[in-house]
Amino acid sequence: MNPILACLLLPLLGALGMALATRAPDMRETLTLAAAGALFACVLRMLDPVLAGQQPELVLLEPLPGLAIAFRVEPLGMLFGLIASGLWIVTSVYSIGYMRGNAERHQTRFYVCFALSLAATLAIAFAANLLTLFLFYEVLTLVTYPLVTHAGTHQARMGGRTYLALLLGTSMLFLLPAVVYVWHVAGTTDFRAGGILPAGMGREGIAVLLALFVFGTGKAALMPFHRWLPAAMVAPTPVSALLHAVAVVKAGVFTIVKVVLYVFGLEALRGATEWLVAIAGFTVVAASFVALYADNLKRRLAYSTVSQLSYVILATALLAPLSVVAAALHIAAHALGKITLFFAAGSIYTAAHKTEVSQLDGIGRRMPWTMAAFGIGTLSMIGLPPTVGFVSKWYLVSGAMGQQAWLALGVLLISTLLNAGYFLPIVWRAFFRPLSAEALARPHGEAPLPIVLALCATAAGTLALFFFPELPLQLARQLVPA
Amino acid sequence: MSLAQHLPALQVVLPLISAPLAVLLRHGGVAFLLVTAGAWAAFAAAVALWLQVDLLPAGGVLTYHIGNWAPPWGIEYRVDRLTSFVLVLVSGTAALVLTYGHASIEREIARASHYLYYAMFALCLAGLLGITITGDAFNVFVFLEISSLATYVLIALGRDRRALTASYRYLILGTIGATFFVIGVGFLYLLTGTLNIADMGARLRDVENPRAVLAALAFLTVGISLKLALFPLHQWLPNAYTHAPSTVTAFLAATATKVSVYVLIRFYFGVFGESLVFQRLPLPEIMLGLSLLALFAANLIAVFQDNLKRMFAYSSVGQIGYITLGLSFDSVHGLTASIVHLFNHGVAKAAIFLLIGGLVLGIGRPGAPPPVPTFKHLAGLARRMPLTCLGIVLAGLSLIGVPGTGGFISKWYLVLAAMEQRQYWLVGAILLSSLLAVAYVWRFVEAAYFRPVPGDGGVVREAPLVMLIPAWILVAASIWFGLDTSLTVGSALDAAQSLLRSGT
Repeated sequence: MNPILACLLLPLLGALGMALATRAPDMRETLTLAAAGALFACVLRMLDPVLAGQQPELVLLEPLPGLAIAFRVEPLGMLFGLIASGLWIVTSVYSIGYMRGNAERHQTRFYVCFALSLAATLAIAFAANLLTLFLFYEVLTLVTYPLVTHAGTHQARMGGRTYLALLLGTSMLFLLPAVVYVWHVAGTTDFRAGGILPAGMGREGIAVLLALFVFGTGKAALMPFHRWLPAAMVAPTPVSALLHAVAVVKAGVFTIVKVVLYVFGLEALRGATEWLVAIAGFTVVAASFVALYADNLKRRLAYSTVSQLSYVILATALLAPLSVVAAALHIAAHALGKITLFFAAGSIYTAAHKTEVSQLDGIGRRMPWTMAAFGIGTLSMIGLPPTVGFVSKWYLVSGAMGQQAWLALGVLLISTLLNAGYFLPIVWRAFFRPLSAEALARPHGEAPLPIVLALCATAAGTLALFFFPELPLQLARQLVPA
Repeated sequence: MSLAQHLPALQVVLPLISAPLAVLLRHGGVAFLLVTAGAWAAFAAAVALWLQVDLLPAGGVLTYHIGNWAPPWGIEYRVDRLTSFVLVLVSGTAALVLTYGHASIEREIARASHYLYYAMFALCLAGLLGITITGDAFNVFVFLEISSLATYVLIALGRDRRALTASYRYLILGTIGATFFVIGVGFLYLLTGTLNIADMGARLRDVENPRAVLAALAFLTVGISLKLALFPLHQWLPNAYTHAPSTVTAFLAATATKVSVYVLIRFYFGVFGESLVFQRLPLPEIMLGLSLLALFAANLIAVFQDNLKRMFAYSSVGQIGYITLGLSFDSVHGLTASIVHLFNHGVAKAAIFLLIGGLVLGIGRPGAPPPVPTFKHLAGLARRMPLTCLGIVLAGLSLIGVPGTGGFISKWYLVLAAMEQRQYWLVGAILLSSLLAVAYVWRFVEAAYFRPVPGDGGVVREAPLVMLIPAWILVAASIWFGLDTSLTVGSALDAAQSLLRSGT
């Protein structure tokens, strides 16, 4: 069987099985774990061929003459696929603890939609042309909608509205015409190294098309289309963790990197991206300021995500080979770090029912594992060793210096300080402030074991990739000519 | 002579015969079997014709001379790619709707008039098929009247008394439309001395009196636009769709307006030739303006409706705007968009109205008249009628034009056609208007999935399988034709190319 087809079918089959096992929660959760494990193995099987320079392919259907739903695994897609499928295993373990610990309702719908989201994410990662990418981009929006609105409350419904309006709105108004326009002028939408646009499009034309792509990709949360991400925080924490720190948002920046590399080509964009550097830089700083003043922990994490996503866009817009490597690396680095932070937030909610930063005084003594992992995630966000965030930031700074992009460097400097400013106080509070009187009245311990296991695993991953960054580096380096 | 040669005649005759038989037998159950069998036979004939046309070289036409009278004196049936495409749509929808309708009819129509319902349905079907297949302009009028008269009765069969006024209003406007149509045909007959559409087109090129030709064009355009509910000539449609029995609404929404669009295409490109229609008159501009009005005004009105049927009726007026917008581009891709959307929208809308029929059945109490499906009834319905609600949402995605559904394919070609003419503002308008569809589809989602079940909800059951299966076949089709379009886009491109070629 074609390995790509297997990767797409496994989560779908898993979803079907889970839907049938509504009455048997243990069976259902075993199926989730099995599907996640099998999927990761399946993606891993393609790693060696991709590292060797091959690109497995699959053509499914041809909805428009000359335009097929087709898949091809190239290094960036491989990296994204590995992250998404690998973290699905960890998140599944975590979800079991979280959903049971909080006695959530509609758990079958939750697991089924989760599996469907993963299938859509992998289809985005492996898409061979813009049409396929766009198709599954929209599918991902729709199958995550029930997850965002899982609670079914008024607040969830409102969050769901913002989510849908911004994601569907931007993709329909900007991304779709961009895709049709590429088809119109280039006669193809295939991703090819070096780009597919015809020569002589003019700098203005290129800049407008690029603007349609980056603003059309609402999932990348570039300001002013970032509001859906904090709105989506009404979802249960596993959803925020895997989908809104990894799969969905990374599908956004992944789309932008992919379009820049394979539709425009770095050379064609020279001189047409200064405005993007400026907007991404603004988003990095502005979102950090919002995070600084957010008391709700998940909201703070959401704005931190907005800011970190724009790192990737900024790195891409610099157009230097080193910064493109940084963009790819940061997709991986941020994924590991941010999922750890969200896991920790959910762990605190499950064990202590606390959601605000100001309530976390002294909680580190009661939940040492959770808060230690949180600390490691924090270091990675700031970009300090020994975490993987340092590696990607290193490449990003090197790329910016090579381009003599002083604005970008300034943004990086300010944002590093801001990151430290809104994350370190949480860690300090947790370990060095005394417990409040209210907290003393309600004793609690660590979160359930599956939760602690999952967040320790991702924290360990954040550390491990600092010491052994070869694999993501190797994939990222394949993206740019030596 | 073999049966295969007579397929074009059988296509119309089979459903036509079943109508008087149903009246003679005067029994609802027997009439159901007869008419449904007739519709399935017509569908089989349409598919067989499709296969026959497929064997012809590109742009080939299958002709059939009624009573062996040679055209242009005798009536000629002409089947080309576009014709067989529409035939398949009309007869296929009819067959599915009839099969589905039994349970819904029991509830929505008085038992004594069941056999009339089936007879009228058969006549309406025969009329629509006749309009599509005939190559004779006056014959189009005859079939138009057959189908229209049957439609008025079908609408009036609704239990709600407002169905009578809706039917009456449609009767007045429909008659005006048909009269305008026949006046236009009369003008053309005077000018060319022929009623055969193909012959008319050939002779009209030598006619020297442009003013009379323009008069004919004007009468035909207004007449047909009334029947296809082009904004602002749509006034009859919302009430008719709202108060007619659900099965009738489903059938009409998928076919009646679509066949009118087909007639418009036939006359514009086959008789007048695009040179006249699109170059000597500001018709594309007028069409473009009205289509845009339809896209925004009708879709916006749809967002604020409380009655589910009325909401989707206004959505139909809006969606017809996309079809006429495609015509106004006068290009291969524009025409392709129109033809594809005619099909895709028909499928999705039929699915939605069938599911609403099931919904009405589910929320109604046995013995009581069918309730009006307002948003009040929808609260929390998804938990109790999961398949029905999911089906409406999926077909609704096709109305929005989400990729992976039929609606996306139509939108793609519309946007492409607008880009080819460098009308970038139109691209924006098309896409903005599709966001309005998101608004009304999501109103349904929020009501059905998020509002709590009311305390006095009563007993609500999922619709019976015999209704769900045909509806879900259409839902599946509306998704399938977004993924594999060799049938829809293939024939639409083919038809558009040959239509534009014949016009020049």
